[in-house]
Amino acid sequence: MWYRSPSFILDNQAQEKLLLQQQQHQQNDDVLNPPPPPSMSETSVLNPNPNPNISAYYQTRAAHHAVVTSDWLAQAQAAVAGGVSGEVTAAEVEDGCEVEKGGSVIEEFNSWRKQPDLAEAVAAIRALASVIRSSNATTMMELEIELKKASDSLKSWDATSISLTAACDLFMRYVTRTSALEYEDFNSARSRLIERAEKFGEISYKARRIISMLSQDFIFDGCTILVHGFSRVVFEVLKTAAQNKKLFRVFCTEGRPDRTGLRFSNEMAKLDVPVKLLIDSAVAYSMDEVDMVFVGADGVVESGGIINMMGTYQIALVAHSLNKPVYVAAESYKFARLYPLDQKDMAPALRPIDFGVPVPSKVEIEKSARDYTPPQYLTLLFTDLGVLTPSVVSDELIQLYL
Amino acid sequence: MDRVDANFFNETNDAEKGGNISEVQVSHHEDKKVTSKPLKDKTSKAERRALQEAQRAAKSTKKAAASGVAPPVTEKPTKASKQYPQKKDVPLATSSVSVPEMKGGDRPSEKDKKKDVYHPRMQYDDKSRVEKAKKRSVIDKPEARNRVELFQHLPQYERGNQLRDLESKIFNLDSVHPAVYKVGLQYLSGDVSGSNARCIAMLYAFKEAIEDYHTPVDKILTRDLATRISSYVSFLNECRPLSISMGNAIRYVKARIAKLPSNLTETDTKATLSSDIYRFINEKIVIADKVIVQQAVTKVRDGDVLLTYGCSSVVEMVLVYAHELGKKFRVVIVDSRPKFEGQRLLRRLIAKGLSCTYTHINAVSYVMHEVTKVFLGAASILSNGIVYSRIGTACVSMVAHSFRVPVLICCEAYKFHERVLLDSICTNELGDPDVIAKVSGRKDLNYLDDWVNKKNLQLLNLLYDATPSDYISLIVTDYGMIPPTSVPVIVREYGKEHLF
Repeated sequence: MWYRSPSFILDNQAQEKLLLQQQQHQQNDDVLNPPPPPSMSETSVLNPNPNPNISAYYQTRAAHHAVVTSDWLAQAQAAVAGGVSGEVTAAEVEDGCEVEKGGSVIEEFNSWRKQPDLAEAVAAIRALASVIRSSNATTMMELEIELKKASDSLKSWDATSISLTAACDLFMRYVTRTSALEYEDFNSARSRLIERAEKFGEISYKARRIISMLSQDFIFDGCTILVHGFSRVVFEVLKTAAQNKKLFRVFCTEGRPDRTGLRFSNEMAKLDVPVKLLIDSAVAYSMDEVDMVFVGADGVVESGGIINMMGTYQIALVAHSLNKPVYVAAESYKFARLYPLDQKDMAPALRPIDFGVPVPSKVEIEKSARDYTPPQYLTLLFTDLGVLTPSVVSDELIQLYL
Repeated sequence: MDRVDANFFNETNDAEKGGNISEVQVSHHEDKKVTSKPLKDKTSKAERRALQEAQRAAKSTKKAAASGVAPPVTEKPTKASKQYPQKKDVPLATSSVSVPEMKGGDRPSEKDKKKDVYHPRMQYDDKSRVEKAKKRSVIDKPEARNRVELFQHLPQYERGNQLRDLESKIFNLDSVHPAVYKVGLQYLSGDVSGSNARCIAMLYAFKEAIEDYHTPVDKILTRDLATRISSYVSFLNECRPLSISMGNAIRYVKARIAKLPSNLTETDTKATLSSDIYRFINEKIVIADKVIVQQAVTKVRDGDVLLTYGCSSVVEMVLVYAHELGKKFRVVIVDSRPKFEGQRLLRRLIAKGLSCTYTHINAVSYVMHEVTKVFLGAASILSNGIVYSRIGTACVSMVAHSFRVPVLICCEAYKFHERVLLDSICTNELGDPDVIAKVSGRKDLNYLDDWVNKKNLQLLNLLYDATPSDYISLIVTDYGMIPPTSVPVIVREYGKEHLF
């Protein structure tokens, strides 16, 4: 099997805990098991991407992590693109048709997506797994086509999200590329597929825990860590480090325009970790105090570089020129078969930016939400496949896709 | 000659090897040799001679010791060392001590090890081996003149006067199939050049030769055919040193022959083999090129200025296809003396209606600032990501790198090789020095006309160079777009695939 996940770390840990505190093992299991999806009735209203000009991925992120509320987002959006409301409705209608086609997947996906600590990709994986479960196909081919359709509709729901696309592709690979196809009996083959789908979902769900365990060795007492934006993986890593009684300091960038860094600093303060907030332009100023840079990733591309929130590239450049290590925490379902050659060589994900004052219409605004950091500026990637150098990413992808 | 490998630039089918210290792999084998030496009973001529000498020396030492005279050991080895530079002390040191051990040991495993070992190509500064090769060779090789010291280990160029010679021999050389002979002549005259074209021509010639083949009465088909192919290969190699891609293709053909089931009839065997060869050409070159074009074209955007160097067939296909898709871009073709291959590409692209700029490599740093992407072909890519290609490629990619222009290499995966290369000195090919001495169309530039007679003048016309992987942003292969660090992954995952 290609998925060489070091999830045994978690298993070992769970075992130890089991031995130590046998009474509490029930709770421990609860932590590892996925929480049940929120009730379908309250989320039955679909929310198709309301504005194709704004990356749905970043809308979700903003809603989950940013200090800025989604109401604010809607207002800002109305202010920025007041005139295009006609188009928006047209797009909505279009989306509506699409939803009817693959309606159940997206419904399911959306219901999972509402959970703030569940990654979009994991939600997609769960949704696809449920497609297999609820499918009434009678042949393998039929099932595969159904699955393909579902994953395509998920992918087209938000083309800007790299992890969503990558996770759908990986799921298809992982689930369909199995000896199950050799089973004589369709039902046993199908149950095998479901089994694999659940396994994949579980691995993906556990990924964050695995990464946080793997990265503990790299956080030493007395270190200063620079963090950019709000990454749930990085948060998990630092939370685990804090729980392990490590003494460290965190520098948070502000993370304009949705100010994800503010939220991150709040969370850090709740954990009693000394934290300092920097404006985005103060990165170079404070880099000499920093021991390591920790960033998440929207996507890990084939070159071993990452696509992440705007500003990651410049932080990596500054860190590289001052010889500070840059660590990336990313789950393996973010590995995408993309190969950007430069910053402009990818589909842009746009988002509104509030400058506080009205900007004259003649002034152009760079609205792109993410940038590409080439592999030579990254030191290591912490993934659920292990701690990798950037060049191994391509190795894993080749083994996966070819 | 039972080896299956057609290790690139493996000149003669001689098991013995000359060393080249600057080559990583060779020094590694030298080590292996030292360990395996005393146990091996099948030594090459030179080694046997060295061994004999050593034994004689040991005897005389004993005699001298008996008679109380100082032993003259020091003289003999030095004499031997002149003749066999690399192996002077190896057989002496080991054999004089451990001659009695020779019969013991686990011989088969050693033999296996020897089979696995890579045989580096012949070193042309090794005089004894050059003599031997000469005796065997079909082509008369005149003494090369005024050779550059650093490149003496490479076969010297002496093609011009061979062509007529070979043409006259065509009727009395029955060991070489006419089709192979034709390809050899084409290599020699330069009519077929470019690693893909050469590889395809060779494979078609082999196919024809196999179809015309009849097993002699007292021979086994697989063995006899393998030796035939080997002799063809060494013939082609004499015409022009093999390219890495050809080496890989030969390895494939030999592996197919070795793996033939023995219960097939001769006709069936021949049909299987020629369909295998056809499949190789189709899958590894023709379809691979199509896949590469599909992938590479996604990197061409409107408004791009693409620079290419020389004349790569894949790059041409990419450019033409991108043009057919209606992308708006401009092409800069960089060319260089003495071959001016870029002009061929230029002519074909202009005929297709692409907008082109043509310039020489001297101006590359000037044109580079307007270029957005560099597309290059390659003769081979080695395991450490080094791209081995037409001379000048390294220069172009270096300039592109310093201008932060991404460099894309289009190369089929069958050209990948598991060796590593550190520089372009160890492995290279020497071209005709006369070509760089003369400037066509300029009769007045005749300073180098009698360069042969000038003892203190050496001309160097290298044909390939090695581009470090740092300068390469992306490699487009039939397995997708990969970074240069992933070449060993492709070699590991798929290198063995076509051998089975």
